[in-house]
Order: sequence, then structure tokens, then C-alpha cells
Amino acid sequence: MTVLFGQLFTGVSIGAVLLLIALGLALTFGQMNVINMAHGEFIMAGAYTTYVLQQTITGAGWSLLVALPVAFVVAGTMGVLLEILLIRRLYARPLDTLLVTWGVSLILQQLARDIFGSPNVQTRAPELLTGNIALPGGLTVANNRLFILALALAAVVALTLALRLTSLGRRIRAVVQNRDLAAVSGIPIARVDRTTFFVGSGLAGLAGVALTLLGPIGPTMGTNLIIDAFLVVVVGGIGQLKGSVIVAFALGVLQATGEYLTTLSVAKVMVFVAIVAFLQWRPQGLFTLRTRSLA
Amino acid sequence: MSLIRGRRLLAGALTLVAAAALAACGSKTTDTDTAAGASADVSGDTVKVGLLNSLSGTMAISEVTVRDAIMLAVEEINAAGGVLGKKIEPIGEDGASDWPTFAEKAEKLISQDRVAAVFGCWTSASRKAVKPVFEKNKALLFYPVQYEGLEQSPYIFYTGATTNQQIVPGLDYLKAQGVKSVYLVGSDYVFPRTANKIIKAYAAANGMTVVGEDYAPLGSTEFGTIVNKVKASNANAVFNTLNGDSNVAFFKEYTSAGLTAATMPVVSVSIAEEEVKGIGTQYLANQLTAWNYYQTTPGAANEKFVAAYKKKYGADKPTSDPMEAAYVSVHLWKAMVEKAGSFDVEKVRSAADGITFEAPEGLVTVDGATQHIAKTARIGKVGADGLITEVWSSGQPIKPDPYLKSYPWASGLS
Repeated sequence: MTVLFGQLFTGVSIGAVLLLIALGLALTFGQMNVINMAHGEFIMAGAYTTYVLQQTITGAGWSLLVALPVAFVVAGTMGVLLEILLIRRLYARPLDTLLVTWGVSLILQQLARDIFGSPNVQTRAPELLTGNIALPGGLTVANNRLFILALALAAVVALTLALRLTSLGRRIRAVVQNRDLAAVSGIPIARVDRTTFFVGSGLAGLAGVALTLLGPIGPTMGTNLIIDAFLVVVVGGIGQLKGSVIVAFALGVLQATGEYLTTLSVAKVMVFVAIVAFLQWRPQGLFTLRTRSLA
Repeated sequence: MSLIRGRRLLAGALTLVAAAALAACGSKTTDTDTAAGASADVSGDTVKVGLLNSLSGTMAISEVTVRDAIMLAVEEINAAGGVLGKKIEPIGEDGASDWPTFAEKAEKLISQDRVAAVFGCWTSASRKAVKPVFEKNKALLFYPVQYEGLEQSPYIFYTGATTNQQIVPGLDYLKAQGVKSVYLVGSDYVFPRTANKIIKAYAAANGMTVVGEDYAPLGSTEFGTIVNKVKASNANAVFNTLNGDSNVAFFKEYTSAGLTAATMPVVSVSIAEEEVKGIGTQYLANQLTAWNYYQTTPGAANEKFVAAYKKKYGADKPTSDPMEAAYVSVHLWKAMVEKAGSFDVEKVRSAADGITFEAPEGLVTVDGATQHIAKTARIGKVGADGLITEVWSSGQPIKPDPYLKSYPWASGLS
């Protein structure tokens, strides 16, 4: 029973990490259809931001709190720069976008290596997040995992509300549903694109901050995560947030269960097989956005 | 752009990434056109040696310090007049934590730079990748890291511990502490898998039970499930053969789950002072390690080594076992060359037996038959200051026995 709960919690927390890294992608890839291979490097940027802040701000707790908004802005700004300098010029040429952003990802990795050195670096976690909460029956819940879960859920709620209730959110949805019609209706689509990209990249930065609580920070940390994130968005269905949310948690629990029953490598295979089978059955993903767009 | 098209594009992208990875794996590791025995070029007034370590990737955290220690030994030897009157000219290559790259760079150092010897490699996977290159070219590699044993290449000198100098004493220590059950956690490659095979044979013969065994891919940072399994197993102790950055994630998770050295001690064989610093002492307090050398090991030779290292690289830089073994390997090579009176690989090899060196870890002796060295085993405990202090030692150097021939329980292994 203890083990079952422990595993369920592990699965949910793996899902929370997946969700955090996939959420930004759900915006830029899911909503804007831009395949940004450098998304993983925005995660890395967020993680290094935490590291740099911890060097300057003493007190691991404060530096983590400050890192959340700062990493959002740092990664978001990098995203906007990428959008203005490269992606915007390539909207009609998706294959070029892919190659260019992959190149950017390699450049950013080398940049991190030059600035911070190739060995990975670590941050200290605040005292509050190193322990665990003991529940009755010998169950424990790790504080850092709980924090990441809360952060992921907060990000989902904030994003959903923003898309539903704000005028910017309405514009974003309008552009997603029908770009041309949105443009002729007077929506400044270039500006909407830029803002969407800012938020999507910023969310990657947020994920980077969260990941410092779990493992080391290194130039290639983003690359290791980006494929899982793309899988979440593809399986969840493009253009919808709820699909990504459900799929992230489902994959997390599937991974944790598989790993418990077999080994880590076999569990990874199981997850991939499940995804392939699922996409055979529903190539459009879990949810699809119904639009009248002909594109 | 339609949604389906976007996905097909993504599939293409992922295939591209996978293809790049495959291409790296499949890259040619051996050149057939080089004649066997590309001899070293020692015609000038310097002698070239190759330094082959990962300066990037997941192993860089460990291997960069080995490179630093080798450079220190090279400088010391050059300051004292060099080897056979020739100054050492080090040529560095980055193995990039990628095994085919190691083989490629080894080939380059031997055939193109024509070095007299190569110092480096850390993971057994990288050693296994370069081994055929050195054997084909009849060139020398000095390998400075503890490993899983069961190997004896005529062209490799092993200056780190083999299993009977590290893992077996570690198990003896646990047994003496009354440990009855262990959980094995390791990275998924040759060293942990072979080491665990040996541990299981030892456990079977010594009344210990192995209650679980798990492997994570090198570089993996998700240990939630493994730690849950470890915790649920109620083992007396954990034997940890994880390598590189995975240790950071593992110990963070371990501490978060409420496990400590008091409730379930972990014996690690790949965590030395440098890694302790990287993982953070808050996660490692009082955990055990098995090595042959610690920065705190007493003795004049070690005081000199530590002082010289800190002077060159900074007072906050610790020294560790693999660094010491790498440092020693350069000095041993010098002694072998001088005894042989030549840089010729075969002459150096036949001069090797019985060479001794007053190393920071104490006196070490080269065993010519196995090309390993006799070393003292030491179990240490991680302190709050990040240094490791000895809690047990074998008291004298243990003769290397890479195939564990002198242990009846190991007869089934090979």
C-alpha cells in the first residue's frame, strides 16, 4: 500500500515535470505550429539563471523565489529574440525553422559551455524543500516533488485563465483558429505571435528552475527532455492545453508503474510502444481543435 | 500549415536527431590503413604523451580533475628535467563522454601525433572502446580509475583499483558491520553490471542477500521509482555503482525520501571528493565510500601532492582517488621508461615489474604479470566539510587479482 502510494506519487511528479516542460511547447508548437528545437535550451537558461542568482543572493529559499520570475523573463526574452530574428522570417518554411532552431540549440549549448564550463553545476535546495512530509501509515511525500507539482498546476491554471479571460488570450485563440481571418479582423498577428512566443519560452524557463531541485544543471540538460515534451504535446493533441495535461500525467504514471514492475529501460520502451499504438489509433492526438480553417 | 503536416515534420526532426546519434555510434573506430605498431616519435628533444579525458558531457564533472592531476605530474617531471632528458609535451583530446569519440581520439593520438603513451579514460565503456585501438597499434594506455576487473590487456596499465582492492574490501567491511541484505543501484553499462555480478557471487558465499538490483542509463536524473523500491526493500545497506551526474539526482531523491546514513547507509565506489562537492554534503553526510586514497590520507607524499595541487588549481579544489591514480600513473611511466632506458613500448612493458613509487596513497608496486598495481584499500565516511575520512583500511597494499582467482566464490565469474 505504501509502495503503491509512493509509486503513484512518483508517477504524478514525473508527470508534473513533463507537464512543466511541455506546457511552453504546447503554446509555441501546439498553438503556433512552430517546431522550436531550441526550446530545451530555454529550459537550460532557466536552470542556469537559478544557479547565477544563487551565487549572488545568499539564502537558497530567496534565490529560488526570485529565480521563478527572473527565469521566466530571461527565457521569454530569448524566445522573443529568436522569434524576431529568425522564426518570424520562416513562418512559411517549417522545415527551415526546424533546422535553424536546431542550429540555435547547438549554439546555445556551446555558449553555456563557454560561460559556465562543461562540468555540470548544482544548486543548493532551500531547507524547506529537502525534506519530506510524513503521512500516517509510513507514507512520505517529498517536498521538492510537491513544490514542482504545485508549480505545474499553478502554471496550467494561470495559462488557462489567461487564454480564456484576457483579451490577449482571446486574440491568441483567434490567431490559432484562423490566422487569416484574425488578421483581417484587425488583430495584430505579428504582435500576438511574439507574445505567445514570450510566454511559451518563459514557461520553459520556469521548468528549468524546477528541474534544479531534482538534478544537476548542464549544457545538454534541455536536449534530454525535449523529445519527451514533444511527445506529450503530440499525443495530447495540438492546439489544446487539456490534452497535454492529461497525457503528461498519464505518461508519468505509466513510466513509474512500468519502471516499478520491470526496469527503467524496459519502462521507457513500454511508454514508446504505448505512444506509437495510441497514435495509430488516434493520429490527431487525444483532443483536436475543431476549426473551420482550410489550411 | 496543417496539423498533420506539423506532426510529420516533427517525426522527421526526431528521426534526424536519432540518425545523428546513430551516426555517432556507428562512426568508424578503427583505421585499417595504419600499420600495426605505429611507433612513437621521440626524435625531437621532447617526448609527446596523449591525455584523453572527457572535458564535456556527463562525465566531465569527474574527468576534468583527472586531466588536471595528469598535468600536475607532467609539470613536476618537466621541472625535474623530464624523462630520459626529454621534456614531456602533453597533447590533450576531449573524449566528450562518448565512447566512439574516445576510440577516434585514441587512434588520432597514436597514429597522427605518435605519442609515447596515453593517460586517461574513466568509464569502463570508454576503456573497452579504446582497448582494441591500443592493442592493434601496440601502444600504451595508463588507465587511472577503479574498475570491474576481469580484464588484462597487454597494452594497458591499470593504476586504479581492481575489484579485490576496492569492492571486495567494501563488502568485507559491510559484512563486519553486520549487514545482511544489500540493494544494488548502478548506471547501465559494463562497470556496474560486472561489479554487481561479483557482488552477487560474494553475497551468495557470505550469507548476504541481494534484495534488489536496478540500473539507470548514464546521465539519467529521474530516480523517484528506484528510491521508492530501495526504501520498500528495507535493505540494511545500498551498494551504489552509479557514475557521473546521476549521483546528484539519486542522493537528492534519497534524502527527500527520508533515507539517511543512519537508516540505510550507501556505499559508493564512484564518489570521491570532487563529486562530493558537486552533489552537496547536505545530501551525503556520513555516507560511505570505498577507495584507495582520500585527501585526508596521512603521509608526507600526500601532503606534498595536496599542497602542489591546491597551489596550481586553487585552495578550494579537493584531491581524489582517480586524480591520485592518474598523477601516480605518469610517475610510474617515467620510472618504467628510465628503467628500460627507452620509450619503446615493449621494453617499457618488460621493465614494469617491481617498479615502486612513494605515492600519496602510500607505497605502490607495479605487478608486471597483471599490469595492475598493489594498493591499500580504504573505506571512508563523508564529513560535513566535504572531505572523506578513513574509517577502515587494509593496512598494507593488496596484491592485484583482476580475475579474483584467489577467491573460491568467484570461480564462476569470468
